[in-house]
Amino acid sequence: MTWLLLQRELRLAMRRPVDAGLPVAFLLLAACLFPLGLGPEPEQLRRMAPGVLWVLALLASLLSLHSLYAADAQDGSLDQLLLPPHSAWRLAAVKALAHWLSHGLPLLLATPLLGLMYGMHSDSLGLLMLSLLLGTPSLSLLGNLAAALTLGLRNGALLNLLIVLPLSVPVLIFGSGAVGALEAGLPVDGHLSLLAALLIGALLALPAATAAALRIALI
Amino acid sequence: MDMLSSPPHPMTRTHRFYTYAAPSRFYALAGRLLPGLWLLAAGLAALGLYLAFFKAPTDATQGQAYRILFIHVPAAWLSMLLYLALAFWAAIGWAFKARMASLLARAIAPTGAGFTVIALLSGALWGQPSWGSWWVWDARLTSELILLFLYLGYLALVHAIEDPQRADPAGALLALVGVVNVPIIYFSVRWWNTLHQGASISLTAAPRMAETMLQALAVMSLACWAYAFAVIFTRARGLILERERDKAWVQALSKKGQAT
Amino acid sequence: MSMASPCLLSAEQLSCERGGRTLFQELSVQLNAGDIVWLQGSNGSGKSTLLRTLAGLRPAERGSIQHSAALRFLGHSNGLKPDLTVLEGLRFQARWQGLADDEASLLQALKHFGLAPMRSRRSAQLSQGQQRRAALASLALPQAGACWLLDEPFDALDDDSVKQLCALLSSHAAAGGAVLFTSHQHLPGLASRQLPLSGGRP
Repeated sequence: MTWLLLQRELRLAMRRPVDAGLPVAFLLLAACLFPLGLGPEPEQLRRMAPGVLWVLALLASLLSLHSLYAADAQDGSLDQLLLPPHSAWRLAAVKALAHWLSHGLPLLLATPLLGLMYGMHSDSLGLLMLSLLLGTPSLSLLGNLAAALTLGLRNGALLNLLIVLPLSVPVLIFGSGAVGALEAGLPVDGHLSLLAALLIGALLALPAATAAALRIALI
Repeated sequence: MDMLSSPPHPMTRTHRFYTYAAPSRFYALAGRLLPGLWLLAAGLAALGLYLAFFKAPTDATQGQAYRILFIHVPAAWLSMLLYLALAFWAAIGWAFKARMASLLARAIAPTGAGFTVIALLSGALWGQPSWGSWWVWDARLTSELILLFLYLGYLALVHAIEDPQRADPAGALLALVGVVNVPIIYFSVRWWNTLHQGASISLTAAPRMAETMLQALAVMSLACWAYAFAVIFTRARGLILERERDKAWVQALSKKGQAT
Repeated sequence: MSMASPCLLSAEQLSCERGGRTLFQELSVQLNAGDIVWLQGSNGSGKSTLLRTLAGLRPAERGSIQHSAALRFLGHSNGLKPDLTVLEGLRFQARWQGLADDEASLLQALKHFGLAPMRSRRSAQLSQGQQRRAALASLALPQAGACWLLDEPFDALDDDSVKQLCALLSSHAAAGGAVLFTSHQHLPGLASRQLPLSGGRP
């Protein structure tokens, strides 16, 4: 059943390649704006890179949230997916996984290109990718919750941003902080462990919260 | 509750607390308590401000400017505590399907957000003389800012959902997730601040605050509490009238109002 | 109503509210094997809400629901993904609901509603009537003794399709299933019983 759901999500994502590509396009485009706005000095860009790229990854992963459940709600398939005895928890978990696979993973794969644009050293870049690997699933899980809470609402996209951004501050801080620590010569283990801990916490708590939110949205 | 309730006699201790889960009775109770609360708030505020601005000694390093902390600290405490209260009542409302509890949570939110704004503004006023800029990324101030966004998220969500049957539980869920995250956010922001050696606003040196300072802080905190109760009860009464407007007791009340 | 027919779905003292308005109170519903019940009521009387509550999609404010059979629900919207082909959609529904998902059964179900020629077309490319039929196709898969809750199943259907659906509902009931449906059209001879919702107490 889980595999069936995941298969459906991935197949639907593949039928809309533009939707999956938009966050990456946004990421690349926005990443070009910072040098244009702040000046192309290599040292400044290298220092800014972890923070800027992390913030952009955060925003890019939020872009596609509003359609996570909205399409299903609109065409009525959400009803079928939540009909008892089917588990809302499983749906929430699969949706988060599918969202990460179709949006978080492409972001991750685009990062080396951005690292190049910002002149990052290879070890910093490697650490950045590791921090994104640990952090973006948490963002997908948080976004999943927001999308379920704002299901069908008119300003859903903006509401999602308002809901997710404060809650994602810890992930952002530890994610970009890891690379900053590396460049300052400080140990990075703490940052990475905290990112992993946040991910574990998110995996344990957020799908259940999202399942509750889905049931509430159907009232 | 579609019958007019007679307010319970104050001397009767047999009434259980959850009697006031009925909107009509809460409305009556709040109405009776309000004048006293406003008086208390005004009185305590007057006393507190007097203590803060005239009796408390001048700080060794910060001079007179530090006095803003007598507004900043109670406001910050209250912003935090009201968020906890909001989450608590919203959770009760969700768990027990108690409309009054959810309504109370909704009434708390704007006041909590307001105190957060006061804490931020007073924090900026405090930082200005020390750091020369109107905003510093102090760990506590930054956490307050994020708390403000948590409040705004809750308010935006419950107002965006028309049906209160859906809005109340959704808001409760968001508030609970927020409450769990507040310590995590605070911890991470503190980490971030120390890592980047950011600016910090606090009272320097003195290991113990002068006694009058503590008194002033205590009185101002109580004044803020009384004010918060007064405002929240007033708002709650307004929300009750709006939500229960189809009920007989509300319509009887409005007729009485029209008659006088 | 035969006393020997097993009860597939029973609801007692159901009460539902929507937007602060009580739609119905103390409503009791019983669906036995072989029942085809026509749920009647004007717009806004709570028919859709009742069906959704019975299906378990939303909680009732008061009352209890028990069912001993599998429940199938079809809402106002078709529940079709526009990007999936008709066959893919049906295959997913079959697997999701635990029904026969082999190619022969799927094709048979599509044939019942005349959709076999369009099985490789995406749902978005079908007409409204064809989409409705595609949504109904999963009902044509073998499933004895299930309880069907259908919201406006005859919507957008042409006369032939209406006949096909009526035949399907009748044979399902005859095989031991039950149907509760809403419809603006009057379909003589189909329903064995009517259930009026008049807003407030029934």
